[in-house]
Amino acid sequence: MKSSVVTFPGSNCDRDMDVALKKFGFKNKMVWHDDVELPKSDIVVLPGGFSYGDYLRCGSVASKSKIMKSVINFANSGGMVMGICNGFQILVETGLVPGVLLRNKYLEFICKNVFVKINDKQNTYFKNIDNNVLEFHIAHNEGNYFCTNDQLKEIEDNQQIAINYCNMDGVIEDQFNPNGSTKNIAGVFNKNKNVLGMMPHPERMIDPSLSGEDGSLFFKNLINNIK
Amino acid sequence: MKISVIITLKKDVLDPQGKVIHQTLDGMGFEDINEVRQGKYFEIDTKENDQIKAKEKVEEMCKKLLTNLVIENYKIIDVQ
Repeated sequence: MKSSVVTFPGSNCDRDMDVALKKFGFKNKMVWHDDVELPKSDIVVLPGGFSYGDYLRCGSVASKSKIMKSVINFANSGGMVMGICNGFQILVETGLVPGVLLRNKYLEFICKNVFVKINDKQNTYFKNIDNNVLEFHIAHNEGNYFCTNDQLKEIEDNQQIAINYCNMDGVIEDQFNPNGSTKNIAGVFNKNKNVLGMMPHPERMIDPSLSGEDGSLFFKNLINNIK
Repeated sequence: MKISVIITLKKDVLDPQGKVIHQTLDGMGFEDINEVRQGKYFEIDTKENDQIKAKEKVEEMCKKLLTNLVIENYKIIDVQ
């Protein structure tokens, strides 16, 4: 299975993602933002970081970079595109997934482990995964998911909410919402569910001696689903 | 030609920075404030000399890059 990770100026989770994808069997290629064409890929990943120093709005400048035209075409033709953290911010700026990511409600940069509940398993990202709750890591300043009421109705009707912040038992309540996100939303799909944007970092949970193993579950499941 | 644009958050969008500024001003003794909303200001110097065309171009820039219309509004406030 082939993957590509796009590096923008200011990306800083691109190597972690490269390590994670390779660990679970992907043949991964790094792609520079100024490239025009994507290598042949089964999945394209937009990694976390601070592309273009978060100037203007997080992800807005990166969303207009050369490679993004190919990424948008790839996504629109059904290709799998996953944006993590800053990658999610880039995806909302392209319009590939609905909504925006505002500054965290309490104006703090949040860096901690969180639990997320998988809301939908009818998709290639979470299909066949045994767990309903995963422990991932978040590290962001702008992760407060917001969308209009019309958009919210649409993503709820189409089951586009991928994961919600919750406690370890999967209870979704305001007290487990780290950043003020609407309805505790931590990740959303596009309509066809081939594009996933999420704030948590599964690539930081692939080694039990460093963190946890729920990222391993995610990536093992992902490659099996793509095969 | 210089065009000035301000970008503001839409009414229903939470503005935590505006809130903190409001609280700080309160603490400094400016107690009459109802609300503070923070925005952005851009000055765009363009080679276009036709005022209507320049405004149209800047509107396009606003729609395509400068604002995210889900949460923000833009307003051209000055053309010189």
